[in-house]
Amino acid sequence: MNSVNIIPLFVIIPLFSAFFISLIGRFAKRAYINFLSVITCLSLLFLSFSGLNLLRHSAVPALVYKIGGWVPPFGICMVLDGLANFMLITVNLVAFFVSVYSLSYMEKYTDRPKFLTLFFLMLTGMNGLIVTGDLFNLFVFLEIASISSYALVAFGTEAEELEASFKYTIMGTLASCFIFLGIAFLYGFTSTLNMADMANILSAKQNIWLINFVAVLFFMGFGLKAALMPFHGWIADAHPSAPASISAMLSGVLIKTLGIYALMRVFFNVLGMTDAYCSVLMFLGSLSIIIAVILALSQFDLKRLLAYSSISQIGYIVLGLGLGTPLGILGGLFHLFNHSVFKSLLFLTSGSIDYSTGTRDLKEMSGLKEKLPVTANTNLIASMSISGIPPFSGFFSKLIIIFACIQKGCIGYALIAVIGSILTLTTFAKVQKFAFFGELKEKYKAIKEVPPAMKFSMIGLAVICILGGFLLFPSLRFFLNDAAGVLLEGRDYAKIILK
Amino acid sequence: MSLYLLCLALFCVGLYGVLRKRNIVKIIIGLAIIEYSINLFFVLLGYRFHGRAPIDAQDQNILNMVDPLPQALVLTSIVIGLAVMAVLISIALRLYEKYGTFDITKIKQLKG
Repeated sequence: MNSVNIIPLFVIIPLFSAFFISLIGRFAKRAYINFLSVITCLSLLFLSFSGLNLLRHSAVPALVYKIGGWVPPFGICMVLDGLANFMLITVNLVAFFVSVYSLSYMEKYTDRPKFLTLFFLMLTGMNGLIVTGDLFNLFVFLEIASISSYALVAFGTEAEELEASFKYTIMGTLASCFIFLGIAFLYGFTSTLNMADMANILSAKQNIWLINFVAVLFFMGFGLKAALMPFHGWIADAHPSAPASISAMLSGVLIKTLGIYALMRVFFNVLGMTDAYCSVLMFLGSLSIIIAVILALSQFDLKRLLAYSSISQIGYIVLGLGLGTPLGILGGLFHLFNHSVFKSLLFLTSGSIDYSTGTRDLKEMSGLKEKLPVTANTNLIASMSISGIPPFSGFFSKLIIIFACIQKGCIGYALIAVIGSILTLTTFAKVQKFAFFGELKEKYKAIKEVPPAMKFSMIGLAVICILGGFLLFPSLRFFLNDAAGVLLEGRDYAKIILK
Repeated sequence: MSLYLLCLALFCVGLYGVLRKRNIVKIIIGLAIIEYSINLFFVLLGYRFHGRAPIDAQDQNILNMVDPLPQALVLTSIVIGLAVMAVLISIALRLYEKYGTFDITKIKQLKG
């Protein structure tokens, strides 16, 4: 079998499971459906690791799959390069743990097959967006992922969830409209939709104002999907309203795939990064870091606090990537990986607390450490990782971003990153104090620790949090270096794909 | 040129609907208008006056043909728009069941 043939499987497998589950959902036993969902996620995870292996042992820097045998500038192609592989592993790793977690967690919701259908459609959209090499295809996959996430936010169909979902849908659709308009302008200008071909044509032509106009449209569209600071209004409502396992997916990987990855792919590899775009990204990133963490500090709803903290951490990623230096991009991507692990873990632990005690209000809980030891300890690990305590993964990525700022001479941004990190520590110290320390309340004397499937996911993600720092070791470093290399090569991306 | 400006006008009408209207149904209609204006704009990009469909047959020499790709893309975009509308309208119906109103200013349980 040709090694290139694994690329379309990233789209086919979840798409098949989505509709197969909805077909058999009414008749099949619940155990079969559960088994199918876990197997699907496990095979995707296995495929993404084997993709990494294939890419490492092949002579070319990128594997290109031509759909229907049409040669790239005319047909649609799928590209598996270092960055795509990095994102695939991140997404499918989180998706696997989330699918195991929701085996037990989703018991309290009805209609499990519909949940899994939407979940796998979202996964299809994200995987497809990562591997595609065609700009309109990117838009279609982005919409598949977005629409299923709109429906998943409203999954509980309570008043608040519907309200949050309505707000999210309106904002998300506006963002998609801006992205579509940007694609229309680019198509009108270059007469091609293939990203590599487009990069070639754009670098041959000199028409600055149109590229800047399209860049603004993409900043609005992808920035809104990524919940960067001036476009963050929906995230604090939408992410807490979804079921906890879906919040983990949304906050952990969806905003990064739909927002950051798409933004970076289009800006670095197609439009070409200039100093002006870099400074816009750095400014928006540092704005997000400071303001969002202050907003998070004042929250008492645990999941709302985590959602605000996501905006702040997205700020770190954007700041690192916006620096444009090799070290900054490495730090930004490393923080992207770490954040998707520990933020999903934090959302899963908040789901466990909700599962056992039935509340999300920090003032209501206290002293849960003795009744929920696994939840408390994994939450402690994730909290220390997100606030940058030394042996954990979050420390290294933040350190690299701060070093990269200093290296480029942006002392002010470095200072903002340090202050943001201290405020994050304060925020999560507050979570620890209110939720896990202190006296156990009388009404919580009878609660039990969560079922084993949920424990397994939380422990698995916590282990990755602890071991994440090892990715910087020289022998494992290719994982991050390859991904950063794709962004650094800029428009030379076209030569690799079209040769 | 005037056609493009009319597209922009349609876009602005839709944006006005989304930003200024209080009724949920009117907001949804505004969003639909925005989508239509962008679809129309994209089709216009590929249009030629007095052009014809690029169907290649023997003994025929096509001089002035319409770009068919935007039409295919807009068809996809219309289907995506339909899915979004379906989600939005079903959410709006459920919201009416829960709150008993379509007024967006009265639907405000989420704060902070």
